[in-house]
Parts: sequence; C-alpha cells; structure tokens
Amino acid sequence: MSRPLPRNDRAMRWAMGTFKDRNRTIYTLLVIGVLLWPSIADVTTGGSGNHLVSTAADAGIYVLLAIGLNVVVGFAGLLDLGYAAFFAIGAYTYGLLASGQLSGSPLHHEFHLPFWVLILVAMFVAAAFGAILGAPTLRLRGDYLAIVTLGFGEIVPRVFRFLGAGSPIGNWTGGVNGISAIDSPHLPAFISGPWFGTSIQVVSPFDFSDSNWAPMDYYWLIILLVAICIVLVTNLYNSRLGRAWMAVREDEVAAAASGINTVAIKLLAFSIGASFAGFAGCYYGAKLSLVSSENFEFIVSVSILIMVVLGGMGNIPGVIVGALTIYIVQFFVLTNLPDYAVALSNLVGLGFLNQSSPGWVGLHDEVQRLNYIVFGLILVVVMLLRPQGLFPSRIREQELEKGTAEEAVFDVREATD
Amino acid sequence: MTALPFSLPVATLAAALKGTRTALSGALGTRLFLAGITLALTILLLPKAIADPGFFLQIVIYGTADGAIFALIALGYTMVYGIIELINFAHGDIFTLGYFLAIPLIAAFGLTEGSSVSIGMVVVLVVVTAIVMVVDGGINVVIERVAYRPLRSAPRLAILITAVGVSFILEGVMYVWQGANNVHFPDLLPDTRIPLFGASLGVKDIVVIVSALLLVILLNVFINGTKLGKAMRATAQDREAAQLMGININRTIAATFFIGAALAAAGGIIFGLYFNNIRFDEGFIAGLFAFTAAVFGGIGNIQGAALGGLFIGLVQAFSNSYYQAALTDVWIFAILILVLVFRPAGLLGMQVPEK
Repeated sequence: MSRPLPRNDRAMRWAMGTFKDRNRTIYTLLVIGVLLWPSIADVTTGGSGNHLVSTAADAGIYVLLAIGLNVVVGFAGLLDLGYAAFFAIGAYTYGLLASGQLSGSPLHHEFHLPFWVLILVAMFVAAAFGAILGAPTLRLRGDYLAIVTLGFGEIVPRVFRFLGAGSPIGNWTGGVNGISAIDSPHLPAFISGPWFGTSIQVVSPFDFSDSNWAPMDYYWLIILLVAICIVLVTNLYNSRLGRAWMAVREDEVAAAASGINTVAIKLLAFSIGASFAGFAGCYYGAKLSLVSSENFEFIVSVSILIMVVLGGMGNIPGVIVGALTIYIVQFFVLTNLPDYAVALSNLVGLGFLNQSSPGWVGLHDEVQRLNYIVFGLILVVVMLLRPQGLFPSRIREQELEKGTAEEAVFDVREATD
Repeated sequence: MTALPFSLPVATLAAALKGTRTALSGALGTRLFLAGITLALTILLLPKAIADPGFFLQIVIYGTADGAIFALIALGYTMVYGIIELINFAHGDIFTLGYFLAIPLIAAFGLTEGSSVSIGMVVVLVVVTAIVMVVDGGINVVIERVAYRPLRSAPRLAILITAVGVSFILEGVMYVWQGANNVHFPDLLPDTRIPLFGASLGVKDIVVIVSALLLVILLNVFINGTKLGKAMRATAQDREAAQLMGININRTIAATFFIGAALAAAGGIIFGLYFNNIRFDEGFIAGLFAFTAAVFGGIGNIQGAALGGLFIGLVQAFSNSYYQAALTDVWIFAILILVLVFRPAGLLGMQVPEK
C-alpha cells in the first residue's frame, strides 16, 4: 500500500472518497447547492428569486453563528447561553461606527468607517467582551459559565435598549428604535457580470445595496465569509489548540496534568467563539441596514444552540447542516405550517377546528404557537436519543455515548438500582 | 500555550482576581463580604432613606414581599443544585406553571373576582394551593425521570442542554394554552392597607410574607427533622457514601425535585394573588433572579436561598423606585456575576460541605 498511486487512481480515489467520507459528501453537496441556489430560486419563482437569495444570505448568518458557537460548545465543551449578546455587540459596533447615529450622541460626530475595517473591529470587540466575561468565570465550575453567559445575554440587549434617547449619559444606541440607515459595504471598483445577473461591466464605486445586484452580492459575500470561517475553524480544530480543546473537554484534570493551561485554553475558545459572532453581527448590521435590541433576545441564543446540538457538536459540516435545517424549520416550516394545517383540516372535514372559541384560538393560531415546543423537543430528544447529533464528529460520538471516565462510577450505580 | 498574544494581561487580571477571591474566602472573608455589601447599600440608600423615611419603609415592605416569592423559587433551585449539581433552567417555568394551573382550579371551586373574604375562601385557596403543589411537583418528578435521570452519567453539557429544552417545552405548553398575552389571576385578596410609620402595610403583603415564611419553616423542619430530609442532606453531601448507607438515591432525588417544584408552585400562586398578571415566558426571568438569589446566599444552602431571595427582592424594589427601573435586571445579573467572580461560595456558603 505504500506505493504511490498513479495520478488517475488518485483522482478516482478522491471521487470515491467523497461518497465514503460523510463530511466530504456534505461539503460537496453544500458547494453544489450554493452554486445552484440563485438559479433554483429564479426558476422556481419564475424570475423573481431575489427574495429567496436574500433569505439564503440571512441563513448564512446563522451558519456563521453556528460555526462560532460550535467552537465553544462543540470543541471546548463549554455551554454558552448568551451567544446572541456577542452577535449584538458585533452588530452594534458596525451600526455605531458606520451610520449617522453618533452625531446625536455626546460625541457630536458621526463615523462612516468602511465595512472591511469594521468587520475586523467587530470581531475584536466581541472577542474582547468574551475575554472580559470569560476570564473571571472560566476558573469556576463549567455550569457557572452557562448561567453567567445567560445573564450576560440578558444584560446586553437591555443595556443597548436603555442607552437611547433620555438615558442619563445621552443617546448612544437609539434605544428601542435601534440604529437605522446604516452604511452598506462599498468597494472602490468591482466587476459586475452574470454572477450578479447583469452583463459584464466594471462598476466604480461598487455599492452593495445598489438594487441592480443587491441581494446577489450579499449572497456571495456571506458565502465568502462562511468559507473563510470554515477554513479558519477547520485549521484551528486540527491545530495544537484544537487538540488542547479536545483534551480539556474530555478530561480537564488529565489535560492540566499534561501541561495544558486549561483556563487560557477555555478562554481562547470562548473569545474565538465570540469573535465569530461579532463577525456575523457586523455583516448582519450591514445587510439589514438596521440593528435593534429586540433581535438579540434569548431565543436567538437558543436557536443557535439547537443548530449546533442537532447538527452534531464538534463537527463543522454537521453544524452547517444543522444551522440550515433549523433555519428552514424556523422560517419556512413554522411560518407556513399554520396555513398547511388549516388547509389539511378543511380537506379532511375538520374545518370546525378553524373557528375560534373560548380556550381555543383557532387551528391557525394554535399551530403558530408551536415553535417553543418544537425547539424544546429538539433539544431534549436529541440529547436523550442521539447526543452526538445528526452528523457527529467521530471522537465526540464515542465520548458522548460512553460518558467520561470520571463519571463511569455513576454507570455502576445505575446498574445496581 | 505561552505564546498567546493576550495571555499576559489575562494572566495579570486572573492573578488579581484570585487574590481578591482568596481575600474574600474564609471567616474573615465573610465579614469583608458583608461589610462590602453593607457599605454599598449605605452609600446608595442612606441619603434617600433620610430624605423620606416613609417612602423608604414602603419600598422595604414591597421588596420583602417580592423577595419572599423569589425565596420560594430559589429554594427549589438550591435544593436541586445541592443534590445533583444541575442548574435547572426549567425551574422558573415550573413556577409559572403553578400560576397557570391554579387559575382553572380556582374557577372550578366557584371563586371569582369580587367574592367576599370568608373562611370558606381561605380554605379553598389552601386546598387549591395544595393540589397545584402536588400536581406541579408530580410534573417535575416526571421531568426528572424522563429528561434528567438518563443523562446523570453523561457529560455535564448534555443535562444542561436538556434543562434548557425542558424549559422551552414548558413555555411552549403554556403558550399554546394561553397565548402570548398577560394571563390574569383572579384578584381575591382585599386591598385593605394598614398605615404604618408613614408607609402602609397591605393585607396582600402580609399574606405573601407570612405564607412564604411558613413554607420556609416547614421546609426547614422537613429537611432537618425527617428521615427523607436526612437522606437528602446525605445525598447532597456524598452520593456514593449515601448509597452505601442504604439510601435510595433515585427516590431521594425525585423527592427533591418534587419539593422544589411544590415550593415554586406555591410561589406561583402567591405571585398570582399579589400581582395578578404574568406572561408565559416571564417565569424564566424570575427563575434567573431566583438563581441569582440562590448563588448570593450560597448555592446548596437552604437558609442562604431564603436570605438571598429577600436580598434580591429588596434590590429590585430599591432599584425600581430610586434608580432606573429599566436597569434593574442589569443590576441583578451584575450581582450574579460579581458574586460568582469574587465569592462563589456566596453569603452562607461556608456551611456547605466541599464538593
């Protein structure tokens, strides 16, 4: 087997491997899907696929967030329940420094820094907050981190909401209204072409919000950002740091005994995870051109957690699939389900379910209310029946199925009951 | 991993924190901690108290009533954490569930808003509370059996995630049941108020404080005086040793969940009688406050949770009345983070055996 394979065989083996290695299959399918999506959107909607492309770009934000949270939850095994806070911090960083917002603040000066700079700034600001929050708490037991991040996740939107007009230190964040009219990303020049649905031409300057190519350029931008993040995180995972995360996650005492500075390692996971949320937040602010504190509530943190858990903690392609699945469930299935349910009940002769009566608001609204139960059930059922998720990493699978060595005693106890 | 760019400032920060934390542990630390809180409260509150003592007393009364409810929720948190070291995120929703369950029962017993106060009403309320406590407790036992027990030997992350999931399911059930609006609880208690040194003490305040106090005393008697209570303490202290002494661990843990939920359910009904309005997801935040209370008092410690609840209730009342109501939640979470950072053992944490 040591004989190097001839070139043709190698290509063949790569192609065969694509179907044997689940991760590579997922990546291949994702790439195909990403390339074809604009065409699919156009064909299925009869030429007005912009909305679907824009939705896909929004889904990309959740993919970024899930990849970032995966570093914290999947790689390092820490539970972060306030991840939306870092997302908010990234979005507000961009919103404040790329809009007219600060002219109304005590600074009396507005900033219009370019997106390409601010996306890095947002990353570092979010990472810094991660470090500030993580440094004191990561020394404590792991589950304290969960509650502290939960508290932080509740604090951040409230603080942003409070620092609006009428706060004692002036209007910084626009309060309840949030920040609107945020700058769109610009490039000095760019070549537009069929990839944006136009003829080939040099556009200078290139404004991302120009309606000639608007959702399409955001789509390719998020694909680029996601691709960069996948490469980054995959390399991190395969690096010394990634192995250290795994060691800490599986047995902290043994890891410390092997010379790993466990607190520094966990802190790095926590702030790297936060930096991805800042990254995603910056893009979010730019694409939506609006940030508002109510878009960063606890349910956002939980949605991202569900994406990671369902997809398979620790496995990047799995997490991406998880994020897309949950996004589809959240924004297509759960939004359309009430109508389907009504149609179905009419079809099978249960139309009376659609009328509201005391204690029953009608089938449509009742079905609309199911999202909490669905989310909760996903979390519980996945953890009970398939804790490694849909597409697990092989190492994490063994660990979650067998439990760690330290707690093996508990198995004995269960058996003796 | 010494080459990390920010490891130096982090190390410095961590060393400083460690120093402070060491200074705040031990017997002297308890005094320092208490002194710090007293100092902060004096600076923040004394000028206001002198300016208008009547109003100050009024806030204390409201805060105590709030705190009594937080204490009831915090007890369940602290008991569950003490025995299986789980932050039971669903506990706040168990509290709301108690509130929701009581409404149809009260209607079924024929009590409506405006019924005159009588012995019969008190009896009905006590019966309703007892039923709801048992039902809510039973639900929590089922939750423990289905969602937590199978994961007791799994990595800790797993059980925390299911706890969040259970919380969502409970919220979802209440959402489907009652919708997204405030749910009204019949206003049964009279609004009579007794003047007291420039403030006034309402009948509702008295009912809340007295019933909460009664439950806390009952719990204390139960924990310290009964065989099951002893089993709980033993299990919390050392599960393996307790098992070797012939204690049925699973039954003891189930009992803990039952009692915690029963107290939360009672808290829910008391909350309903006092405030009359709640939304399906508000219990989650109340639960977080209660967890803060439990941590403040020293997690795992019953008296600590009661004291912590009182403290959080007072902080909330003072912040709402004297400072920005919009920032009350922020202060409470800041307290949570600061206590965890500087004195994770909490106020009375010294009495808890080392884990």
